Amino acid sequence: MASPEIDQLTSLLAKLPGLGPRSARRAVLHLLKKRETALNPLIGALQTLADRLTTCTTCGNVDTRDPCGICADPRRDRTVICVVEEVSDLWALDRAGSFGGLYHVLGGRLSALDGVRPEDLGIDRLVARARDGGVTEVILAMNATLEGQTTAHYLADRLEGTGVRVTQLAHGVPVGGELDYLDDGTLAQALKARSPV
Amino acid sequence: MHWSGPAIVCATLPHGEAGAIVRLLTPDAGLLAGYVRGGGGRRTRPALIPGNRISARWHARVESQLGHVTLELDQSAGPLMLGSRLSTAVLAWSTALTAHALPERHPYPALYDALAGLLTVMGATEDPRAWCAALVRYELILMSELGFGLDLSCCVATGATDDLAFVSPKSSQAVSRAAGLPWADRMLPLPGFLARAGTHIAPWPEIADGLRLTGHFIERDILHGRVAESLEARQRLLRWIEAETR
Repeated sequence: MASPEIDQLTSLLAKLPGLGPRSARRAVLHLLKKRETALNPLIGALQTLADRLTTCTTCGNVDTRDPCGICADPRRDRTVICVVEEVSDLWALDRAGSFGGLYHVLGGRLSALDGVRPEDLGIDRLVARARDGGVTEVILAMNATLEGQTTAHYLADRLEGTGVRVTQLAHGVPVGGELDYLDDGTLAQALKARSPV
Repeated sequence: MHWSGPAIVCATLPHGEAGAIVRLLTPDAGLLAGYVRGGGGRRTRPALIPGNRISARWHARVESQLGHVTLELDQSAGPLMLGSRLSTAVLAWSTALTAHALPERHPYPALYDALAGLLTVMGATEDPRAWCAALVRYELILMSELGFGLDLSCCVATGATDDLAFVSPKSSQAVSRAAGLPWADRMLPLPGFLARAGTHIAPWPEIADGLRLTGHFIERDILHGRVAESLEARQRLLRWIEAETR
């Protein structure tokens, strides 16, 4: 029988994505056994993050400083902005290392069913950034879902008249994908967006 | 309780880390909601795009239970979703309206056929006027199936059956041009393509009138006081159609 404090930690960890009660118990046991090398550094890191965590007022990314590391990086191409739905999408794109411009995190996507409206997202900030001058292209990197595409069309509409080029990520066969395993929609889109070799 | 057959995906909501709750329109069981195990995963997610036609199996132990759904994709709505802004907006609105407006587990075979027809027209016809007009007709069928149908057969004032030009925003009945002209500013225009028989492609201004007409009654009778974003999504669609008329 564990103490209430240990039980509380276990139940808090069990609520995290990817963890259940059993894996949370294992994590807690590990932290208790490795107090000096795991528990204390984890407490320190969490406390530092909690104290410093902030949302970048320019792009909406989460970081420990404002403007965030990406917006403050002088090596970044400031003429291109890549718009993503969530911070996780920003991390995925930046991990790929193939985009050297700036980002803009909307914080969601328009959804008739979930009641998400344009004013709930960082769309006005994006239009202001596009109007500010210096930006020549906005890349809409929305998910290939109905809500994602609805948001992309809405953004294209809002960015009309700002003078920037609005582009969208390609949709089609994924790298390493076998045609046999792809769904009809992806195949149809890939055929539609075929390019000369 | 078991059900299996063809269905159209109307809405998908993520549930937990890997699951999803879908709402399906079926021909003989109406709107069915169910949990899809692995619905948030890479393999199943493409099958859950609203507008997809699927073969589904739904089962629940008792009637009050949510039910579990297993499915196979028959025809993807992906190309419609990734098409033009009008195609995306029509797909999003028609499926969201269906998911919002219908009560669960009431059969609406005519509505299933109408939505399937709308999706077929969208896939088969390049001209967006054809499927925007089909959307107006779909909304009229939906209102009629829910007991809020418009009576466009004759003039509510004179009983005349020809030259119907308006719809009364109160009684939702047609009004002839002669009877309605003095109150034209208070009437909703009845677009010609709804009064005409045949399959002519309707012009954009008539389609916009059609959407304003159905929009008035959908807001008043079907979605009254609910889902502001849904109506905003419809306003966006109407705005884009109005842009086509210019």
